Amino acid sequence: MVIDQKIISTTNQFNREGKLTHLLTLEGMPKEQILYILNTAKQFVSVTAPNREVKKVPLLRGKSVFNLFFENSTRTRTTFEIAANRLSADIINLDIPTSSTSKGESLMDTIDNLVAMQADIFVVRHNISRAPIEIANHVPDYVHVINAGDGSHQHPTQGLLDVYTMRHFKKDFSKLKVAIIGDILHSRVAKSNIHALTTLGCNDIRAIGPESLLPSDLAKDLSSLGVKIFHKVEDGIKDVDVVMTLRIQKERMDQGQVPEGAEFFKQFGLNRERLAIAKSDAIVMHPGPMNRDVEIDSAVADGNQSVILNQVTFGIAIRMAVMSILASN
Amino acid sequence: MNAEAFYQDLLKYLKDGLFQKASHQPTPVYLVGLAIGGAWLAERLAHDLSLTQYGVINVSFHRDDYAEKGIRAIETANTMPTKLPFDVTHAHIVLLDDVLLTGRTVRAALNELFDFGRPAKVSLMVLADRGERELPISADFAGCIVTLPESQILVLERNQTNQFNFVIEERN
Repeated sequence: MVIDQKIISTTNQFNREGKLTHLLTLEGMPKEQILYILNTAKQFVSVTAPNREVKKVPLLRGKSVFNLFFENSTRTRTTFEIAANRLSADIINLDIPTSSTSKGESLMDTIDNLVAMQADIFVVRHNISRAPIEIANHVPDYVHVINAGDGSHQHPTQGLLDVYTMRHFKKDFSKLKVAIIGDILHSRVAKSNIHALTTLGCNDIRAIGPESLLPSDLAKDLSSLGVKIFHKVEDGIKDVDVVMTLRIQKERMDQGQVPEGAEFFKQFGLNRERLAIAKSDAIVMHPGPMNRDVEIDSAVADGNQSVILNQVTFGIAIRMAVMSILASN
Repeated sequence: MNAEAFYQDLLKYLKDGLFQKASHQPTPVYLVGLAIGGAWLAERLAHDLSLTQYGVINVSFHRDDYAEKGIRAIETANTMPTKLPFDVTHAHIVLLDDVLLTGRTVRAALNELFDFGRPAKVSLMVLADRGERELPISADFAGCIVTLPESQILVLERNQTNQFNFVIEERN
């Protein structure tokens, strides 16, 4: 897969030959590149087929993957770890708060040291937006960087696994109606999803949330991408095929910015009554971790329209695909 | 080059030889074709031998040229993934492929097969053996021996009535 020069100049995730060498953002990623990752991931789903005794393939044998999590995450870190293990790579988890950065070493000094330890792939999560882009600009050509979530900027592998899940259950993006409910403002997941869905030809995306989480400048940006804004779930969810609920990210908010727990649930929580306004075969998604009875009712989260656990399973295949594509470019 | 005669020889070898003998043994025999040409062979043989099932092996995950060819090496897995609808452990697996050359594909196929269990026995049968082995692997049955320059590849084609034909193409 080779991408033309025009796109290369606007992002640093493609190398001079037009091949994907880092995964940093889904913004501006060409449709054929997204589809290539999804199709590659489909092959990796079979690695965990029930009758395959050895659920592991040797593609990344001898490669070292470093998980650099400057922000806590159990699920994402674990799925990257499992993905690297299933590809037979060596995975090293760095516990950043207790490591050298807390002794005063600069971020790039830490990176240089890890490169000197023969790292092949860095999986980076950082609370500062665009930190993985800086790291990608810093490392030598043969080292690859995967953004595992940066501030409120992007979470590309989550976006990819979400569109993979939608394609698995719904096939045709051009006919898809997708509602995203909740904390759009702080959600890198929502942003990655909107970019990927738009590129894949979905032309009915709705963002639903209180005004405090969809402020006018964000609403303007989203509108320019063709996203429709709603402040009432009942209005936005009508006839949709996909309902994605997002976690309220208290850690990124000022106090009083949104209605708390029970009040948010009353106004924006996805319950059975609201879900009934969507299409009868609509799927329910959540990137996790879920706050039950805040953004989603347990009956919906555990109901037969929920594909939340499928998202987790597909997430491993997507991360295997991304790592093996980057390592080969 | 018409490959029908080679196919008929292989069919006869299996029908009158291997399956005849196997009918007196407790070990089950399963045909497993290597994607994509070998899988065509397995499909037609299963039909002609009235077998209820056959398997397919895709060697993509175990290829040894990943570093060289990168992810393109696994692209065929998308069109024809590994499918083994029976327990390979304690079974006699007959691997089928259209052409045997370096032996590297067969090495990868053995790795893929053993990821699913431990067969009692594995045999290899091909329509054409080109020699030029790079690994210590040989076929238990070869429909023909063909000598070709390294720059050329032997490609199996099948028509709408499932008849086989070999064509010679230049390597890119």
